[in-house]
Amino acid sequence: MAKVPVQFTLNGSEKAEFIDSGTTLLNALRDKIGDTSPKGGCHQGTCGACSVIIDGELRLSCLTLAETCNGAAITTTSGLAEGGVLHPLQRAFLDTFATQCGFCTPGMIMAAKVLLDHTPNPSRDEVVEALSGNICRCTGYEPIIQAVLTAARANSQNAA
Amino acid sequence: MAIRRGRGVAAINYPTGMNLGGDPTQALVHSTPTGNFMVTLSSVDLGQGMKQIMAQICAETIGVPTDRVVVDTADTDTGPHCMGTFASRGTHRAGNAVIQAAREARQVMLEVAAEELEVNASDLETDGQGNILVKGAPQKSISIFDVALSAHFKRGRSISGRGMFLIPRSYPEKETGAMKPSTCYAHACTVAEVEVDDETGEVTVLTVKNVFEIGRALNPKMVEQQLVGGSWMGISHALYETTEPYYPNRDHGGTDFNQYLMPGPGDLAQTEIIVLERPSADGPYGAKGPGEMCANPQIPAVANAVFDAVGVRIDTLPITPERILRALKAQAAN
Repeated sequence: MAKVPVQFTLNGSEKAEFIDSGTTLLNALRDKIGDTSPKGGCHQGTCGACSVIIDGELRLSCLTLAETCNGAAITTTSGLAEGGVLHPLQRAFLDTFATQCGFCTPGMIMAAKVLLDHTPNPSRDEVVEALSGNICRCTGYEPIIQAVLTAARANSQNAA
Repeated sequence: MAIRRGRGVAAINYPTGMNLGGDPTQALVHSTPTGNFMVTLSSVDLGQGMKQIMAQICAETIGVPTDRVVVDTADTDTGPHCMGTFASRGTHRAGNAVIQAAREARQVMLEVAAEELEVNASDLETDGQGNILVKGAPQKSISIFDVALSAHFKRGRSISGRGMFLIPRSYPEKETGAMKPSTCYAHACTVAEVEVDDETGEVTVLTVKNVFEIGRALNPKMVEQQLVGGSWMGISHALYETTEPYYPNRDHGGTDFNQYLMPGPGDLAQTEIIVLERPSADGPYGAKGPGEMCANPQIPAVANAVFDAVGVRIDTLPITPERILRALKAQAAN
């Protein structure tokens, strides 16, 4: 099968790859580019572990064909820390023990980031709504909800 | 037709580990040339934090900071024997094996330090910060870094230890059938408050208040995390989870995890956790197994709360709206 060229920005740096037509963005990121922060949970768009941000919108990378991402700006959890400093969401997930096995965590953080980008001071209901496409088996969700609310408070204190 | 409220209580005790043909776990501990310590296990960290707990146990026993310990788990081809991570046995069984291995390694470490300091090994103690001191004369000391270098390059000794923890098989007494299936039990009690819609059969868990008695909490934050998640999972078992939600008609049964129902972040009960610490006699630093038991008492508590709310006793899990409505119908018919 003929290879297809794709070119996009991943966490601020240019990426170009030749891929098989039909390759999902999840597989392109993990297997071709080596960014394993998006996780393959269900590979059919129900668990949210593969969530990434494409041009500011939350997307399921397992249902997104890589060749449709030409020219896009893609953000994954591995691009959030700046230097050695964790993103406030990562910090909050650590501080509130909002991760256990960790498999859902990158997708949760992506969903939370898109929420906070649009709604810096969300209500609890808004956090629940934003996380409702992501499945967690370990934590019972409450610590994750608390982590997102904690990160929002930290952001608003920094902004003040 | 109305929404009816009910309250249920349940208590459980839960054995740590199992007892079929005996329940063994082995551990090996050795030092690197620079005085870090390696714990080798075949036990698996499934995400519950076993590596962290084993590092704490090893560090506490040898007398070094936790970040000086590296835990290597789960190569059953090459690691020491372990029955596995299940039955809430990981902390208890592997922890005891790690203590034994770390004690043996500590003894060698103190013997090498004693040779370097020209004192008796029994006169030495550790400061927990990576140094070995002479008791009563702390100015006379040597770093564990230097002790490891000496052992490796000068004295030709291996600072290492072997640990083996075995709960032997218990056979029932012929006359009475009495046996000792476990040496260590954790306990829990849950009070659940529910609302049941007697028109739709839908159950909403409003609150769960849980008390867990889990021996010593070796890492209190991780214990709390396990218990909060487990409490949620118990409600999930009680009300949602089954591989055959449309039984008896398999035509529309679930085919994969996408159709395996669990409560999401919008379905959470208000959850309270209280931890009681009663150190166990044979646990590593008093620990028991809090792993599985934390998801158990919610199930009978919710079933009892449903009974309290609408007067029907559902004895098949999960307690679905359909089962409640069928039971209400049968109750009305009688």
